Amino acid sequence: MSELTSFSVPKLPRGVRLHFDKVRNAYVLLAPERAFNVDDRAVTVLKLVDGVHTIRAIAATLAAQFTADPAVIERDITAMLADLIGKRVVEA
Amino acid sequence: MTTSRISVPNPIGILLELTHRCPLHCPYCSNPLELDKRSKEMDTATVLRVLDEAAELGILHVHLSGGEPTARRDIVEITAKCASTGLYSNLITSGVGLALGVLPALADAGLDHVQLSLQGATAPQADKVAGLKGSHDTKMKFAAEVARLGLALTVNAVIHRGNIDEVEAFIDKAIELGARRLEIAHTQYYGWAYKNRAALMPARPDVDRSIQIVEAARKRLSGKLVIDLVVPDYYALRPKACAGGWGRKLMNVSPAGKVLPCHAAESIPGLEFWYVQDHSLGDIWHRSPAFNAYRGTDWMPEPCQSCERKEIDWGGCRCQALALLGDAKLTDPACGKSPFHARIEALATSEAAVIAPPDYIYRGPGQAVVREVEDIIP
Repeated sequence: MSELTSFSVPKLPRGVRLHFDKVRNAYVLLAPERAFNVDDRAVTVLKLVDGVHTIRAIAATLAAQFTADPAVIERDITAMLADLIGKRVVEA
Repeated sequence: MTTSRISVPNPIGILLELTHRCPLHCPYCSNPLELDKRSKEMDTATVLRVLDEAAELGILHVHLSGGEPTARRDIVEITAKCASTGLYSNLITSGVGLALGVLPALADAGLDHVQLSLQGATAPQADKVAGLKGSHDTKMKFAAEVARLGLALTVNAVIHRGNIDEVEAFIDKAIELGARRLEIAHTQYYGWAYKNRAALMPARPDVDRSIQIVEAARKRLSGKLVIDLVVPDYYALRPKACAGGWGRKLMNVSPAGKVLPCHAAESIPGLEFWYVQDHSLGDIWHRSPAFNAYRGTDWMPEPCQSCERKEIDWGGCRCQALALLGDAKLTDPACGKSPFHARIEALATSEAAVIAPPDYIYRGPGQAVVREVEDIIP
């Protein structure tokens, strides 16, 4: 697996999707035979993961939204996405 | 039943055995020996209502299974209902019969995932196990169609003495077919597999080797293919938590609409199962006698009751305790702490040591001769 860079374009692979679980009042990532709990922070990021935008572009959007340092956000979301890639629920 | 009130989390998965009709005759089929007839199958409206109830109950994954689920004419409608209610749909298919033709419509309807069974890595072996000539070649065409449609694919391979030498070849085949996930599932001995156990049981050294092959492949193929391994529990040290624990995570609906805590639970005498035609899924989950019979830990005997793993293994499998010991309430003899564990391992070893194993009794109607409980209790 190649390392993530600012220019990597993350996406949810076919067979993986974000789902709002009304009964448990929480988002989950649904994958074959698996479901992952995702916290609010991850949901905010995953809603921007569309297979089009780069990690840098996603970080810029979030930085504007939360008036935060894009470099810090980019570092945080790269780590988060790397974790999800390890779980095979995100591709880049 | 139980007097103490157990707090029950809602289920997360449901396996719908939509039909017992199937073009294959695998001798390890997980369907019961008494197969439901087509005339008894739930009608479309009932299945669609069950899916609504499943979504309301917080179920996330729906496994559309059988038999061969595409043998049902309403499979597209059922899949579309999963999509419209947000349920994750997993088609568990043989890839044979009507599956290939209907796949594009299923993809359009929003199917999330396909699980394709392979009986062998090559046609002669696979067709022999499936009891159907040409089945393997048809599966290869089906897998190509899955790839063409861009659907997510898992390959499921049930392992036994007839194909245990093919584990490496199954891994190669899964990669070749573009699967992202592979299940190397050693046979679990219930239903037809139990009936055919002497023909299927592999030898311990072969099992160990198959596990080593999987472990090596997991490292080599990390990030490319996820391999799930189910080990044969006659040789295991700890039992499997059947269905993640009785009435804890999963529901299983038979073609006729009978709701079971696991696919083999019907084999346990004296349990009262409820039907989706009479009760809502939520009611069945929380209130039906069968779901409450072995829920939680109150029912457990020793050595389970004082075991530190009782909320990990949940006592193992009730159906296996029944089949092997004649009493569903006993500790699963697959557990090393069961006083009968050494006996079932010896039983497996002796069956596997037979040089010429018996012929397969292929799954199909008219074969439903229930095997006697084995005499392994002194």
